Amino acid sequence: MDFNRIKEKLNILADAAKYDVSCSSSGSNRKNKNNGLGDTGNGICHTYTEDGRCVSLLKILLTNHCIFDCAYCVTRKSNDIQRAAFKIQEVVDLTINFYRRNYIEGLFLSSGIFKSADHTMERLIAVAKKLREEENFNGYIHLKSIPGASDELMYEAGLYADRLSVNIEIPTISGLKLLAPDKKHEDFIKPMRKVKDEIIRYKEERKIIKSTAKYAPAGQSTQMIVGATGESDKDIMYSATHFYKNYKMKRVYYSGYVPISTDSRLPSLGSEVPMLRENRLYQTDWLLRFYGFGVNEILDADNPNLDMDIDPKLMWALRNLNHFPVDINKAEPRMLARIPGIGMGSVHKIISGRKYRSLNWEHLKKMGIALNRAKYFIICNSNDWERRDLDAATIKGMILQSQNGKFKNQYNNQLSLFN
Amino acid sequence: MNTSKTLVYDGSFNGFLTAVFVGFEQKLTHANIQKNSQFQSGLFADTETIFTNIDKAQRVWNGVRKKSNSAVKNIYFAFLSEQNTIEALLYHYIQKLMGGTYLGATDFSDTSVLKINQLSHKVGREKHRMEAFVRFQLTKDDVYFANIEPDFDVLPLISKHFRNRYADQQWIIYDVKRKYGIFYDLQTVEVISLDLTDIQTNSIEKSNAFTDEEYEYQDLWNNYFKSTTIKSRINTKLHVQHVPKRYWKYLSEKKEAV
Repeated sequence: MDFNRIKEKLNILADAAKYDVSCSSSGSNRKNKNNGLGDTGNGICHTYTEDGRCVSLLKILLTNHCIFDCAYCVTRKSNDIQRAAFKIQEVVDLTINFYRRNYIEGLFLSSGIFKSADHTMERLIAVAKKLREEENFNGYIHLKSIPGASDELMYEAGLYADRLSVNIEIPTISGLKLLAPDKKHEDFIKPMRKVKDEIIRYKEERKIIKSTAKYAPAGQSTQMIVGATGESDKDIMYSATHFYKNYKMKRVYYSGYVPISTDSRLPSLGSEVPMLRENRLYQTDWLLRFYGFGVNEILDADNPNLDMDIDPKLMWALRNLNHFPVDINKAEPRMLARIPGIGMGSVHKIISGRKYRSLNWEHLKKMGIALNRAKYFIICNSNDWERRDLDAATIKGMILQSQNGKFKNQYNNQLSLFN
Repeated sequence: MNTSKTLVYDGSFNGFLTAVFVGFEQKLTHANIQKNSQFQSGLFADTETIFTNIDKAQRVWNGVRKKSNSAVKNIYFAFLSEQNTIEALLYHYIQKLMGGTYLGATDFSDTSVLKINQLSHKVGREKHRMEAFVRFQLTKDDVYFANIEPDFDVLPLISKHFRNRYADQQWIIYDVKRKYGIFYDLQTVEVISLDLTDIQTNSIEKSNAFTDEEYEYQDLWNNYFKSTTIKSRINTKLHVQHVPKRYWKYLSEKKEAV
């Protein structure tokens, strides 16, 4: 193996793949078979990049040659960059050797589209097939579904991959037309629908025949770019909800747009990555998936955007003060989960703790609840609680005064005297 | 009546459980259980040496298991934390568990329950870190070798994970701090101790023990690590929080930074 050549290719093709944020390696249940190599489980982050993102998979493109010219993408046809392509065997060797040294949980393979969608998809499948059948590799494999790939190929891909994903990239159809004129919305949806149908079919069959082979056991995910086309938070979250509901997505990822081109349709080079906004979107995503919120409770026509200075749960609570205060010792779990400053971990601790005794401020503090936010919304076993009838703006002001978040300089309007 | 005593055991988990058994047998309200390696006799203390007895240990263990499944895990994990007074704390915890009329293992408003729970959590986190941060290097004898230096004694906890995952390669994970390791010979995992004169932590000095290819792959991994970083999002604080500096010298991608 020519290590110098491989190193060159790896640098180009890992660099191009890094804007795909998904790096999860959990959710699959593939076990080691016949004393082969690897298994999957809860997922492990083997290291973290210097920007603080988890590295659990070898994330590369098979090639960065591409026939499309999407404005938001580094590997677009018109961009003048170095191009490279891996051979199938090279990807297999890299994966196996990294895996054996405990660097990674598996492979995340994506690709620029060369010749045609089907041709590209075939090559991706060939890598996965070789890993599974020739190397008896049972680690995690995440394959990209290439927009426009045929149903037969999508079926085959699911037999070898743990997870499949198509990146929808632009949340609105009008935005897609503007930035990626050669791509059709339908092309993204087609492979997604096929995979969803197959997952459901395999699940049904497994109920009858237990030895049914696995089909994409870790499900599907997708990704949207945030802040490239002037879309609102409502557009993003409503379309995320659509994918969770209708395509049984395991995850929707939000990726703050990193300026990479001088195209006039996009934010200019040097403009800041909307990291705070990304953070708020993920918080909303969590509220929808784990805290029992409906998307229309948080965002609607009157409130199309999230507040940047407070988290979405607090935002909801301030708009719905009639639900508060909540009694910690009596409220049902559903309501506990809606109190600002209380996460699902704390909800479970409160529920098991209050079986033994009535909880007071001291107990809540030890359990790790963010009382600076929660105290305006709860009563517990104590005579001391917020008796004043405060309005939403006052509470918000007091909470903002008491906290010191890492993004504070981004939403603080007060000019600083020293600095 | 004598209700307090110093019990000295051999440092093994079964030894500790035997000591608990003896403590319960003699109805001690406070048992000062100490490892023989760190034993310090009190001036007026009554001292007894405990000989590990598997049957007695098993009886205590079964008793705990009947009470609570989460307590089983908490006790073992907390024991591996090697904290100074962990034995006394665990003795109190087991007393509470056995004596109580209710299941106390989830009562987080009790100090010892919370403390044991937190310790067990810490050890669990270290276990997970080691599953992530082990970096195997291929030796010329075709054995994948890794050094670790965990905060707690987690080797017994991670052996199953590596056995299940790397079933078709020989590997050794060696705890530099506690001077023992585990070796998988394609059949079973055994505890070994080695005489390691030079511990390989340095990227510039290459050891003869490893294959040439090994260093090529480390180099590739290093390159991959660098090119996957998004420069406009650098967040060193978060990076160090996830990959604390004390582990860097054993991570091939961070060796240059040490």
